[in-house]
Amino acid sequence: MKRALPIFWLLVLFTLPVWLRDPYFLHITIITAIFIIAAMSLNLLLGYTGQLSLGHVAFFGIGAYASALTSLGFDIELPGGLHIVHAPWPAIAGFPVGIVVAGLCGYMIGKLSFKVRGAYFVIVTISFAEVMRLVALNWVDLTQGPLALNNIPPYSIWLPGIGEYEIWSKVVFFYVVAAVGVACYLIIQRLVQSRIGRAMVALKDNESLAISVGIDVTRYLVLAAVMSAAMAGAAGSLYAHYVKIIDPEIFLFIYTVTMVIMVITGGKGTLAGPIVGGVIFGFLPVVVRSYVAPAVQWMIYGALMIVIVFLLPRGIVPAIEQYFLNRKQADRPPDVAVLADLDAPKS
Amino acid sequence: MQELLQHLANALLLGSTYALLGIGLTLIFGIMRVVNFTHGELYSFGAYAVFFLEAALGVNFFVAIVVAVIAGCLLGALIEFALLRPIQGADIDTTMLVMIGAWIFMQNSELLYWGGVAKSIKTPFPEAPLQLGLISVSWLRIFVLVVGSVLIVATYFFIDHTKLGKAIRATFQDHDTAALMGINIKGIYTATFALGSGLAAAAGALLGPVFLVTPTMGDIASLKAFAIVILGGLGNITGATIGGFILAFVEELGAGYVSSGYRDAMGFVIIIVILLFKPTGLFTRADRIG
Repeated sequence: MKRALPIFWLLVLFTLPVWLRDPYFLHITIITAIFIIAAMSLNLLLGYTGQLSLGHVAFFGIGAYASALTSLGFDIELPGGLHIVHAPWPAIAGFPVGIVVAGLCGYMIGKLSFKVRGAYFVIVTISFAEVMRLVALNWVDLTQGPLALNNIPPYSIWLPGIGEYEIWSKVVFFYVVAAVGVACYLIIQRLVQSRIGRAMVALKDNESLAISVGIDVTRYLVLAAVMSAAMAGAAGSLYAHYVKIIDPEIFLFIYTVTMVIMVITGGKGTLAGPIVGGVIFGFLPVVVRSYVAPAVQWMIYGALMIVIVFLLPRGIVPAIEQYFLNRKQADRPPDVAVLADLDAPKS
Repeated sequence: MQELLQHLANALLLGSTYALLGIGLTLIFGIMRVVNFTHGELYSFGAYAVFFLEAALGVNFFVAIVVAVIAGCLLGALIEFALLRPIQGADIDTTMLVMIGAWIFMQNSELLYWGGVAKSIKTPFPEAPLQLGLISVSWLRIFVLVVGSVLIVATYFFIDHTKLGKAIRATFQDHDTAALMGINIKGIYTATFALGSGLAAAAGALLGPVFLVTPTMGDIASLKAFAIVILGGLGNITGATIGGFILAFVEELGAGYVSSGYRDAMGFVIIIVILLFKPTGLFTRADRIG
């Protein structure tokens, strides 16, 4: 049963396009899946190291811009007369570039703010996202500013027998996103179940104790920040080459809020949490939007965030696990030790 | 030279409201250990309150500002009472999430009610600026500087010389001992949050007429307040006052001589420099207030 469960979910995931014939729902599913990857990356920081990154959309957006610019090419004039021309590369090259650039930004932010942590990390990340938005808006030579980067080419892969294949099909792109998502899930799983993951959780739970047994705090936190930022960058690259147009609005705080609410609703610090939360908040807007204005949708998100923290502070997944654990204990015959206790007075 | 003087004058006028923003945020963090993400929303609440009172109800401009500040205090007290009191003692992440939720809710309720179009507040001051030698300053901005400075001094007086201020300082130093001395800690929290919120609303009510009033004006205000508070050291009132003026000068000079598009990014530059060289803030006196 335990072995079969992952296979079952994989089967569901990879047959989804068969069930979802409607292209609109497939589109929503792809966008949701991309945001789930971003939420999983946020969970690595928020859930496992306890550091709240409120600028996570910055890494997402940086991945998107880096990836798009790699495949579109650019021609910029830097101060000091430095002239940089970049000829367009194949779109698929944007994916690793997006990951690396976002990861580097994660490294810098981590190095900078983990000296002091807590509130500082939150403030640095949120300001970082806002600055990235200003850069995207003002560095018109590079980013086209508010005019947006248009005509971002789709990923293309070389297939034996077919040759160059450009991914225009939604169904094929869904499989690409799903594959990246599964890869990220496995990486996070391996990471948190390794020595590194245990070190991170130890830091979250009791920092002084963790330091006293020789865990290098800054090193592990920076590592988590780099991994997290790189995965958010991967999600950003997928997003850029899927919607094919990105503008500075991609850095809006509301997208970070979406990721945060996905993680805390599903359950931070659990592997399945961001997926459960992501599915809920990926599809909820579709339902809600047909009834209310966007402002009301965000008001509902804000209110939900408060309600969840008050009523379900650990999230849905831990709550369900707890429920099944309680039921199992109720069904099970009393422990031998208990029986022995009951027997004791008689003898 | 004339340009430089003009920039310095502008920065001075802006600095007083930035200081108000910073003092409010740093007070709340210092005493309650809460990163108040609704701070910027109280700032925009102050501006919208003035706009609403003046444009819809026909209230006098000066009366509108006073009412807006009082309303800001009350709203702050309500937020503290309804959202923070039930989760008192929770870790900093939990309170941050609640405050972020409140922030999103407040901002979008403004967007829903007022719409996304910027509003401008009419003022009774003459359009023609005052010529002071080489520089020219609008009457409105002088009014902002005067009121802002008065409020800063009043806040200092309140914290240093009133009984409630003394209780706030005592709570800041040691919650438990203050409670043992018979100070109502919960009441102090509510009062502090109301005071900080009122200062934010005052900053919004003063700057709203200078700039335009939009639902997202609070975001930038929050980020600026964060930068000011990191600059001065979390929980340090004097640090926040000086930090507010420093940020205003850096912004004004940066916008004037580097790039006006990056005006709002200057706060981030300050945060980076501070974190690199003096992470505890420029003016930290270990855990004291007032």
